[in-house]
Amino acid sequence: MSGKVLEFERPIVELETKIRELKDLSGAGSEMADEIARLEQKAAELQRERFAALTPWEQLQLAKHPDRPYTLDYIGEVLTDFVELKGDRAFGDDPAIVGGIARLDGRSVVVLGQQKGRNTKENLHRNFGMARPEGYRKAQRLMKMADQFGLPLLCLIDTAGAYPGIGAEERGQAEAIATCLELMAGLRVPSISVVIGEGGSGGALAIGVTDRILMLEHAVYSVISPRGCASILWKDAEAERTAAEQLKMTAHDLVGLGICDEVVPEALGGAHRGLPATAAALHDALRRHYGELAALSVQDRLERRYAKFRRMGHVEMQA
Amino acid sequence: MIRPGKGAEIRMAWWRRKKQALEQTSESNKVSVPRGLWTKCDACGEITYTAEFVQNLRVCPVCGHHHVMPTKERIAAMLDRDSWQPLDLELRSGDPLGFRDQAAYSDRVAKADRSVGPTDAFTAGFGTIDGLDVSAGFFVFEYMGGSMGSVVGEKVTRVFERALERKIPAVIFSASGGARMQEGILSLMQMAKTSAARGRLRAAGIPYVSVCLHPTTGGVAASFAMLGDVILAEPRALVGFAGPRVVQQTIGQELPPGFQRAEFLLEHGMLDRIVGRLELREQLGLMLRLLAGAPAKAAAALPPAPAG
Ligand SMILES: [Zn+2]
Repeated sequence: MSGKVLEFERPIVELETKIRELKDLSGAGSEMADEIARLEQKAAELQRERFAALTPWEQLQLAKHPDRPYTLDYIGEVLTDFVELKGDRAFGDDPAIVGGIARLDGRSVVVLGQQKGRNTKENLHRNFGMARPEGYRKAQRLMKMADQFGLPLLCLIDTAGAYPGIGAEERGQAEAIATCLELMAGLRVPSISVVIGEGGSGGALAIGVTDRILMLEHAVYSVISPRGCASILWKDAEAERTAAEQLKMTAHDLVGLGICDEVVPEALGGAHRGLPATAAALHDALRRHYGELAALSVQDRLERRYAKFRRMGHVEMQA
Repeated sequence: MIRPGKGAEIRMAWWRRKKQALEQTSESNKVSVPRGLWTKCDACGEITYTAEFVQNLRVCPVCGHHHVMPTKERIAAMLDRDSWQPLDLELRSGDPLGFRDQAAYSDRVAKADRSVGPTDAFTAGFGTIDGLDVSAGFFVFEYMGGSMGSVVGEKVTRVFERALERKIPAVIFSASGGARMQEGILSLMQMAKTSAARGRLRAAGIPYVSVCLHPTTGGVAASFAMLGDVILAEPRALVGFAGPRVVQQTIGQELPPGFQRAEFLLEHGMLDRIVGRLELREQLGLMLRLLAGAPAKAAAALPPAPAG
């Protein structure tokens, strides 16, 4: 744990520290018990109130929180028997995307997702979860494998974006992402993507063309980072807070825009303050959606998936 | 043909003498070139009669530099004469996010509608190339940098769907900075929508040729532009996922010369061919006929070359 505390988390964390101190001081079953209970209730209330009124900028800070659970954390909580599979069979293995086979409620699934690092060393290894073409080509290989064996596909999205480097461009970053999009649109198996943290641009969408699109409560999904947007449209990266509001990137915004099918509730205070509760909610949602998708024929699923993305956008007709 | 008057001839002689100086201060001098009479090459500084320059599809007769070409001229040059039937003219951008940066998005759209025309950044329709029916689409780079919002995504999708319906090849000429930020996530999703439509065409065995013009980057490159059965580019066209400025900021070092240019992509196996603008129409006709298994057309039956 980085122990990083965001500005709006501070009053809650301070209150919690005070409660812990009181508990340590007084020991179990003392006359302070009432006071502790009162403070605990107050802390929960404070948290509920504050988290009901988060600004888009605060949501973004939560989505990028260094203690936020990552792909492998959810795989560990929600799935069993995970076996990681590596390599794109062409150039290399990209640790910024992890993938493999596992079980969800005892049934085999193919799972993949961007993986960020917990510390500098891990982040160097995983390139901060920013994939190169090899990552997207590994994803393609696993998607095809899912189709070949009729295994449902689960994609966990958590990236600031695809990596913009010289090698990535040389090896066809654009083509790798594009091919993912086309491939996913035509998969015969049921597919669900979940934005668990940051959904950043084409590098996120590359594993997001699925039958269902879910978002964790404090996740964000956007065409460009607010900072990138601010530097282009406002010519000032410092305008990123305004850009974060304008871009409409929160889970609830995306429900309103017809992109996100369901917001998965996180533990009070955010997923980083309650992984088991968040993972349990995710597990419930996945079980429900895969159940619905399994009831459809392959043809039906393909038609519905096409229609789902076909509808996306806002076009007006001139009278 | 526009003939220059005496004053213009004198000025031209002066320009030729000052060619060196011109290159150094091209920005300030550009304004001085009489508009509609002369055009100066952005690359070598050569001055050409604008009429001849346009006739030559805005390719410099001296150094071969391909200049930006207005979409109207592009359509005339790439399709058989009078074959273009534009469609989807009723589609307009809304403002789904109520987006406002330094100007309101709706004002930006209205301004572009006035200055460029109400095509948004893409014009779609039917035409023929070498007598072969195609479902075609052209990015309008003049319109908000060819950025792809919902209207562009819808029109691109329709190009593929109409190709599928009529069983004719699709051809798209891309020139775009990528997704239109002012439509947020809805712009991003156009990448998925268009790629899904492209996939249906592939499954039906109908050819799609993607032509990458300068520049083709971001969400357009990372979707249908890189999904052609055949992918072509004009010489020196910038094609890539991330813009060069972003790459440079990320890696913090100078970019290699020619980075992300068509020649670089060809070398790295990302393109089939680089085709000069003056040969492009003929090459497209040949390739489409080969892909579709159509017989070669007798040279005599070829329609006359368009006049710019
Ligand atoms: Zn020249």
